[in-house]
Order: sequence, then structure tokens, then C-alpha cells
Amino acid sequence: MLIKIAKPSDLHESDVTPESIYLSRRRFMGGIAGLGAGLALSGHVRANDNYSDVPEGDAPAWLKEKISETQWRAVTPSDPDKDKIAPFDDASGYNNFFEFGTDKGDPARHAGSLETQPWSVVVDGEVNNGGRFALEDFAKPSQFEERIYRLRCVEAWSMVIPWLGIPLADIIKRADPTSKAKYVRFETLVDPEQMRGQRSSFSIIDWPYVEGLRLDEAMHPLTILAMGMYGRELPNQNGAPLRLVVPWKYGFKSIKSIVRISLTEEQPVNSWQKIAADEYGFYANVNPNVDHPRWSQATERRLPNSLFNPNTIDTLMFNGYADEVAELYAGMDLKENY
Amino acid sequence: MASPRIWLAWRVGVFLAALAPLLFWSWQVANNAAGPEPGRYLLLNIGIGGLWMLLLTLSLTPLTKLTRWKGFALIRRQLGLWTLAYATLHMLSYALFILGLNWALLGSEIVKRPYIIVGMIALIGLAVLGATSNRWAMKRLGKRWKPLHKFSYAILGLVLLHFFWVVRADMQEWAMYAAIAALIMSTRLSPVARTLPKLRHRLSRT
Repeated sequence: MLIKIAKPSDLHESDVTPESIYLSRRRFMGGIAGLGAGLALSGHVRANDNYSDVPEGDAPAWLKEKISETQWRAVTPSDPDKDKIAPFDDASGYNNFFEFGTDKGDPARHAGSLETQPWSVVVDGEVNNGGRFALEDFAKPSQFEERIYRLRCVEAWSMVIPWLGIPLADIIKRADPTSKAKYVRFETLVDPEQMRGQRSSFSIIDWPYVEGLRLDEAMHPLTILAMGMYGRELPNQNGAPLRLVVPWKYGFKSIKSIVRISLTEEQPVNSWQKIAADEYGFYANVNPNVDHPRWSQATERRLPNSLFNPNTIDTLMFNGYADEVAELYAGMDLKENY
Repeated sequence: MASPRIWLAWRVGVFLAALAPLLFWSWQVANNAAGPEPGRYLLLNIGIGGLWMLLLTLSLTPLTKLTRWKGFALIRRQLGLWTLAYATLHMLSYALFILGLNWALLGSEIVKRPYIIVGMIALIGLAVLGATSNRWAMKRLGKRWKPLHKFSYAILGLVLLHFFWVVRADMQEWAMYAAIAALIMSTRLSPVARTLPKLRHRLSRT
């Protein structure tokens, strides 16, 4: 069953007018008017025009085609004035991707060395339809959707990002889990030659980076595998060519550059839990009431901010997606299961 | 040997060099070249800058022993005060740009977060040393001045601990600073301290 996520109260495409569309639309209309063909073409603005200021990437033809068929604005923030999409340069220039270094600018500086074509993903574990899949075959049967989500980092900052991707549930259904499957485990590529952070002998992370979800979390319609953002393919520093996005959990759960997806019976140990179990749990649901031992999680800095306006806002339970996901955790002590 | 005017130029040059990074970072912020979180950019850069100032200050005594060049001793107080200035700006960046001057939050953060407590103790220590770095205080303290200012060694330890607690994923940068600190402090161990002048003789002969 396909569950429709957008609530009736949610705003739709017609309500959202970021400045860039507004400007590009005016330019577009100006050009058209001169040709006298304005009326014939004005009904629909191609959603890619929303991102006219975003540099074009180097996507393979199949991916470009999938992106062009995207269901645009499939999920949008209920309050687009509050949740303004971050500029592309910020979303692609300020990243935690420790495979490429620890500075926020390191991924953008060093991820160019990552070769994302061709790419394949292994699906294994408790499934009947496992195997190694070319990314193309993996993605093709599903409709791309644009999901505009809040991304809340465990470091107490956040951004709003328009992802392009497919529901993880599609992939899991196709893999046909066995009755033993209870969790999903994800793995990032290990390749020290391409990923300079993996060459550091002082790294605390035991590569590969591993993340995990409970099966019902993985099947939840909000959970997606993203292959693009801002109307184009993912830049390498954002986890190209395939990353997880789980908007109600801290950003570190949304593992990047995935090469393996395994259905398991046992709860996987995710990398951060392995490093510091008292600071990072398996669930890592955004929760303003449970502080990180070294800083408060009650508020977040919405980026980009400016020097004298840190743009601090209250952090919401489940990052504002409580209506959709709270029932997954009914009866659970979320202070215990942080 | 050198005229007072040259020493003055040396001290002014050091002053400008210590000021330059602050101007550069401010320039980056003013030109939107500091990323989406300019406050954090300043906070982190000034913090690391302060550690550099402290390491440079503490390297002047062994450098003097090694070279007997008068210039190093001449800038010791200045660099010590620069350390205090960077540390103060680091703390102010935190209060202003990260907490947005939310004093209630500052209060609860200071109490709850060990790395902030350690940082605050280090800053208070630096302030005490800064306040007692003038001639009048030196005269008043007399023989007690030197042991008091050896607290700068403990402050270096606190600063490294503060830094250590903030690191999330990779210790390489921290380990580099810790190694430099260990090298500088090792020159104060008496066997090493004794060999420094000998080393100077050997160097000057070749």
C-alpha cells in the first residue's frame, strides 16, 4: 500500500515561491512575451527552473532522465517561510563526511576524487531477492520524488534541503525480506585511495561507516534513498551517488555513498554508537529533551545564519515529523533509547 | 648592537603579525567567504589561533636559551597578552555568535559541559597572568612572580584538554598540537634545559 504523506493542510507547489523561482520566472516570462507565445506555455513552470542558479552536474544520461521525470514537490514543509531552502552552495559546502576529512569544508574540497560511475549496490542478508545491482537497475523501477526536508545535525545546526530520491520501502519490497528480517544495515564505500579521511591513522571511525534502521523505520514512507538534490544529481560531498535520508533522525543516520544494504535479524551497531555509545544511540531520533552529553539539543541554529543573528530556533520532537512517525515509538522510553 | 629603533620595529612587526589573522578572518566574514555559519568559523579559528599564541609564548624561553637572541624575550609579554586577547575573543564569539547572548543558556551550558568549564578556568588563569604582567605587579610580587607565571604550563594542559573534548571524529589535528606542546614543554625538563646552551655553542661554532 502506498501511503500518501502530504497532509491536506500542507502547502503545495503553487504556494511555494522561493526567490530564485520568482526571479527565474520573471526572466522566463519576459523572454516568452517577446515571442508572443506566453499564454501557450505559461501554465507550468518546470521544477528544474527552481534551481536555475544551481550549477549543472555531470549525471549519467539515465539519471538525468529519471530526474526529469521527478514528481516535484512531493513533500514540502508546512511552513515554507520558516523552513526556507538553504542555498545550494551552503548545502554542498558545509558537510560532515569524515571519509573526506573533519573540517566542514573538507568534503567539498576533497570529494572530487570519488568515482561514482559506475556504481553498484549489494543487497544481502535476510532477503529472497539479493544480489549486486548496478545503480541504474536499482533506481529505474521507482518514480523519483522531490522531498523538501529539514536536516537536523547532532551538532545542533540544521538546514532545509530539497532531495530527489525514491522511497527505501520500494527497494526493500523488491528485495523480498524473509520472516527473520528485523533491521536494515547500511555500509559506505571503503576506498582509502579515493577517500583521504580513511587514510588518516588518527581517525576514530572504524571504516566502513555503518548505519542501521529498524525495519519499520526503513519502510516508513518518509525514509528515502536520495540520488539527487536541488534538481540535479548529488554532489559527491553530499553522499553521491546514493545516500539515505531519514528526516526525523539526526543527520549522521543518513549514511552516504552506500555500497551495501543488508537485512538482518540482529540490531546493527552503527559507527557512532561504536565510538561513543553514551553520546550516540542506535535510534538517534531528534529529541529536544535528551541532550548530547557535551551540548544541549533543545535548540538548533538554522543555517545559513549571520554573525549577529545565530538564527536559533527550538528543536522539535522528531524534527517536526512527530505526526508521521511518533507511533513507531509508542510505549518506548526515548530517554533510554536515544 | 642593534639600535632601540630596530627593537621597536621588531615589536611593532610582531604586533601586526599577531593582529593579521583576526583581520583576515573578519574580512572573510565580511565578504561572505566564511561559509553558512560565520560565527562558528570565527569561534574555531580564533580558538586555534589562541592555542598558537600560547605555544609561541611558551617557546620563547627555550628559543632564547638556544640562540641568546634578545628579540625573543622582548615579545614575551606581548605574545602572552595576545594569548589572553584571542582566548577572550574566543569566549565572546561563543557567547555572541553561538549562544546569541542567551545568558540563561550560557549559565546552564557552563555548568553542564566539562569542556566549557575547563575552557573558562584556562581563560580565568590567563586573565590573572595578564593582570600581573605589568611592571608594577612584577615588583609587588617579587620572587612569587615566576612561580605564579609557571601556571601558564597548566593552562596549556587545560587548553589541550578543552580541545580534546570537542573533537568528534579524528584526532590528527589535536595530536599535532599536543606533540608541539610536548616538545616545547620538554625543553623545560632540567636535562634538556642544560643542553640547550651547549647546543647553542655547537651551532655558533659551525
